[in-house]
Amino acid sequence: MNDIFAVFGVSLLWATVRKSVPLIFASTGGFFSERAGVINIGLEGMMLFGAFSGAIISVTTHNPWLGIAGAAVVGGMIGYLHAIATITLRANQIISGVAINMLGVGATIFLCQVCMGGERSFSLGPADRLPLWGPFIPLVYLAMLVVGGAFVFCYFTIPGLRLRAVGEHPRAADTQGVNVNRTRFLAVITSGVCAGLGGAYLPFFSGSFTKNMTSGQGFIALAALIFGKWNPLGALAACLLFGFADAFQESLQGRGGLPSQIFQVIPYILTIVALTGIIGRSTPPSALGKHYERETSK
Amino acid sequence: MSKEGTNRCAVIIACVLLVLVACQGGEKQPEGDQAERIRIGLVLSVGGLGDKSFNDSAYEGLTRAAEELGIYPLYGQPEQMAEDEKYLRQYAEEGLDLVIGVGFLMKDALEQVAGEFPDTRFAIIDAQVDEPNVASLIFREHEGSFLVGAIAGLVTSTGKVGFIGGMDIPLIHKFEVGYAEGVKHVRPDAEVLVAYAGSGPQAFHDPVKGKSLALSQFDRGADIIFQAAGSTGNGVIDAALERGLFAIGVDANQNYMAPGHVLTSMLKRVDISVFEIVKDVVEGRFKGGEHVYGLEIDGVGYALDEHNESLIPPEVIERVSVIKQEIVSGRIQVTDYTATH
Repeated sequence: MNDIFAVFGVSLLWATVRKSVPLIFASTGGFFSERAGVINIGLEGMMLFGAFSGAIISVTTHNPWLGIAGAAVVGGMIGYLHAIATITLRANQIISGVAINMLGVGATIFLCQVCMGGERSFSLGPADRLPLWGPFIPLVYLAMLVVGGAFVFCYFTIPGLRLRAVGEHPRAADTQGVNVNRTRFLAVITSGVCAGLGGAYLPFFSGSFTKNMTSGQGFIALAALIFGKWNPLGALAACLLFGFADAFQESLQGRGGLPSQIFQVIPYILTIVALTGIIGRSTPPSALGKHYERETSK
Repeated sequence: MSKEGTNRCAVIIACVLLVLVACQGGEKQPEGDQAERIRIGLVLSVGGLGDKSFNDSAYEGLTRAAEELGIYPLYGQPEQMAEDEKYLRQYAEEGLDLVIGVGFLMKDALEQVAGEFPDTRFAIIDAQVDEPNVASLIFREHEGSFLVGAIAGLVTSTGKVGFIGGMDIPLIHKFEVGYAEGVKHVRPDAEVLVAYAGSGPQAFHDPVKGKSLALSQFDRGADIIFQAAGSTGNGVIDAALERGLFAIGVDANQNYMAPGHVLTSMLKRVDISVFEIVKDVVEGRFKGGEHVYGLEIDGVGYALDEHNESLIPPEVIERVSVIKQEIVSGRIQVTDYTATH
């Protein structure tokens, strides 16, 4: 039993933060998109693009900061793609998101093989790495800024109000002179930028890129967003909880002689418990998933 | 550019990307005439090339065979386990002279395909397939792991060492158990922390998981961690580098990956086993059944090179070579976890 209590400590706290950061970026990304009325289940794919482009740019230029910027830009571009498909071409938002996820897996493997002579993973050299600021790499602090920024933006600024209006009642927003589709475009692109940064955290943390290295975190981020009731701070709390569950199971492993699988299911059980009961009703933005078409007077 | 133009542009970009995805299938064929050469097909395990470990080692064996024996090499990288069978069957249908499946996870698929093509020669690494046309290339990983465990036990200053496995399967427990026995053999009071990255194939290519598990074990006082986890292990090595402590590499010689922080590597000469079985085919003496690679023929062992010779004191090396002799002569019995599970 002492062993179990020995788990708790600063090291578990740091591990929780490390685990949460990619989720925090991605769920904040999801927040922007979904609050504007566009479902984004393509977060996973956007993260994967961010992970690959961040790593490959850093490895080629030996400038990790450029890698981070590149991950944000590429993430934004994939967001743009999702926006074109769902807003301009009015494709089903779920299907477009699924397509982006598949694209993410395939394209990153393909591009990795092209750049690395057939190999599906590569390491970042010492010059390609972000420095440690205290116990973490700088992206951790950026994640906190992004979350705080998203909260302030959406609830304390006029453009933030417009963004929410577009997701709740686009027609009303339109009659007030808000350009619905442009707002949605920007929101979805921002979503991609955040997800791309979340993805980039993975290779910069672990020191290497590997195929499909996001391993479902985009979906967990989406669950965190729902769990957090489509509010950036709620999502932050959810991400920290998921991060904690994962960090907890990792530090429990090998104690008490139990099989590793028992510990590995803890985060998932926690997710199911959380989603089914504790939080109460989580209501999505009312125009989520609906295309907006302006009435014309012709 | 008009808005419509921009959008059209984006659609075109999307199409190009989709085409890229469509052609990311993992097969690659070298240039040149293949008609009269012996053709060997290698189907890699889930992690794929670039793991600097298991898959890369198998591929190295194939490349060496192409250079030295003049065979025509083909290789495939299945995207997921479900595709293993497709790759194996395709190679068998093409009438290749030998089809090699890399890894324990391919066992069922290879068993199936080998039964369907009784006239095709197959080899599988790390698994036992009882078909007359299949050579099973087995390693005595527990013996090599025992040696690196002994090194870890002699070098550790905290008396705590770690083990991080990839997927939680008996094959990886074979590394774990051998390692722990090695540690305890030289230092009975030492503690061995054990963790696994997961229960699915992803656990072999998840360096993020590897690094965080390693940091967790370092936080708990371990100063040396042995990883048997494919490219997940690259994260373990990175954690050792970050903390200024030690990792132990696996399969291939990984000492160079973080010089000064990889204490040694448990060598599992997958490259030799691939080369040898290809050579058997070339020389017309291919034989199905078990081909065992143990300590006595250096099929497993540990790596000592310019990157780590300053990390291991000479008396440790002396002690370990005595232990090696004792294992080979049977005076030390190392538990083979897979024999009982």
